[in-house]
Amino acid sequence: MELVVFVLASAMMLIGALGVITRSNPVHAALSLILTLFGVAVHFVALEAYFLAAVQIIVYAGAIVVLFLFVIMLLGVDKAEDLATEPLVAQRWLAGIAGLGLLGLLVVAVARGVKVLRPRGNGLDTAAQGADGDANIQQLAQSVFGDYVVAFELTSVLLVVAVVGTVMLARRRTAGEA
Amino acid sequence: MFALDPMLEGDVLWTPLLIVMLKVLVVFVVGLVATMLMVWFERKVIAGMQNRIGPNKAGPFGLLQTLADGIKLFFKEDLLPRRSDKFVFALAPFLSLVPAFLAFAIIPLGGDYRNGNDGVVTWFGVETRVQLADPHIGVLFALAISSIAVYGIMLAGWSSGSKYPLLGSVRASAQMVSYEAALGLSLASVILISGTLSTSGIVAAQSTLTDWHVVATGIVPFIIFLIAATAELNRPPFDLVEAEQELVGGFNTEYSSIRFALFFLAEFMNTVTMSALIVTLFFGGPQPISYGGITLDIPLIPNGLEGTIWLLGKILVFLYVYVWFRATLPRLRYDQLMDLGWKVLIPGSLAWFMLLAAQRLARNEGWNVFTTTAVAVVVLGACYALLQGAFAISNKTREREGAQF
Repeated sequence: MELVVFVLASAMMLIGALGVITRSNPVHAALSLILTLFGVAVHFVALEAYFLAAVQIIVYAGAIVVLFLFVIMLLGVDKAEDLATEPLVAQRWLAGIAGLGLLGLLVVAVARGVKVLRPRGNGLDTAAQGADGDANIQQLAQSVFGDYVVAFELTSVLLVVAVVGTVMLARRRTAGEA
Repeated sequence: MFALDPMLEGDVLWTPLLIVMLKVLVVFVVGLVATMLMVWFERKVIAGMQNRIGPNKAGPFGLLQTLADGIKLFFKEDLLPRRSDKFVFALAPFLSLVPAFLAFAIIPLGGDYRNGNDGVVTWFGVETRVQLADPHIGVLFALAISSIAVYGIMLAGWSSGSKYPLLGSVRASAQMVSYEAALGLSLASVILISGTLSTSGIVAAQSTLTDWHVVATGIVPFIIFLIAATAELNRPPFDLVEAEQELVGGFNTEYSSIRFALFFLAEFMNTVTMSALIVTLFFGGPQPISYGGITLDIPLIPNGLEGTIWLLGKILVFLYVYVWFRATLPRLRYDQLMDLGWKVLIPGSLAWFMLLAAQRLARNEGWNVFTTTAVAVVVLGACYALLQGAFAISNKTREREGAQF
């Protein structure tokens, strides 16, 4: 049963991922991305990580891709791209080489690391799931707000700095032009 | 192990499978019929408030008017605008309709939750709940579904290839993403008090009137949730998405025939679902009114069935409230809408959540609850002052740069 779900969800993700890079219309590409994100959510559910699945849908499919679409519509770039033009010379060749290189590195890393891989931290105790439905969230909270609270807070500070920086850069330019 | 469906743990047996299928059928049919009646109810109540008669020809009291309208829409010509994106245009109504039905799956529709019972009923020798699914993540599922619902409206407007629908859909996406945050934050207060995410657990935690989360969380999260839910539903006074004076008809201008009917259906279905969710979260769902050991009991009816009656009664109250909003409140301006969402509701719900969390911590650690609350209120007051200062400065900066609002 789990194999069937794995195959179906993976097929969903791969079709979505191919759609993102092959569709010439940005809105269709964004819709394909939603398909991929839903596939990830299905994988999370199959791994009994219900909370992560919900967060995956709420944050990625529900907010981030909506913002993508919002920007696409607002800027009016929702016309199909002309794929024949190449803005930077030799861009495609370089992208192809870089992509193949990355793929090679990933394959080597997985092939060599699969035997020596050890999970970090305590992980989630999925055996405790059956007894209590909220165990998943409690363990996650213990991890995020207990064991790794400093890293977590630092990440949030980083995000705030990024947001404030973006706003400052965008505003300064308009003030200069006006 | 079958990890995907909590209802089917262990072996797949025929009786539980049939019960699940029966539940799906019942939820679907009840959803459709409830939507039909809701359209009639809204038209009738608004007519009453405006000194009109409302639909009164089709069936007794005009009850079948919606059915007549639906049949008429079925036989109308299905137009496909030439400049539209054909595939997305056809897909959008379904992206609207499916989440509307999905969200209903986690609402506890009945069962006996009083005296510490957990709402489990026995049907055909199988223990189950009177709700389609009771996932561990419960209310987060509702939140996820409501965040998905924006796609239908957004893509409908975009794919029409016409400017007013596009404006409507851009407004919709901004509005729904903004109010999503307030919705989630006011929900967090409920989760904090009840200590569980599952909807049946939340209902079970509200056995007496003082335990109802509208009382237990203070009334603020409920008010914020109600406002944010109205905005999330794009119902008046937050219906800028389809402001007919400005946008012709809004995101669904180019839609006709049955595709239009699907949007209409989704909108009213969402209203019913959201009312049911409010009742579940804040008003005890299928729990009867009970205070100080006295329970209002409907005689002769078994407790499990009585829950359904209580739930229907409470949902009806909120459906009436939504219609009432529509009949009385004028539509907000767009900047007012964004100010209300970002400057009032989100900080407000966050502050209230922090206050409840501080009280909870004080009780757990054995601190004095009153001192802790006082300190928390002072800190939140300082935060409020800082926030207002920031708003004042940003307004001044904007005026200096010559922006006009």
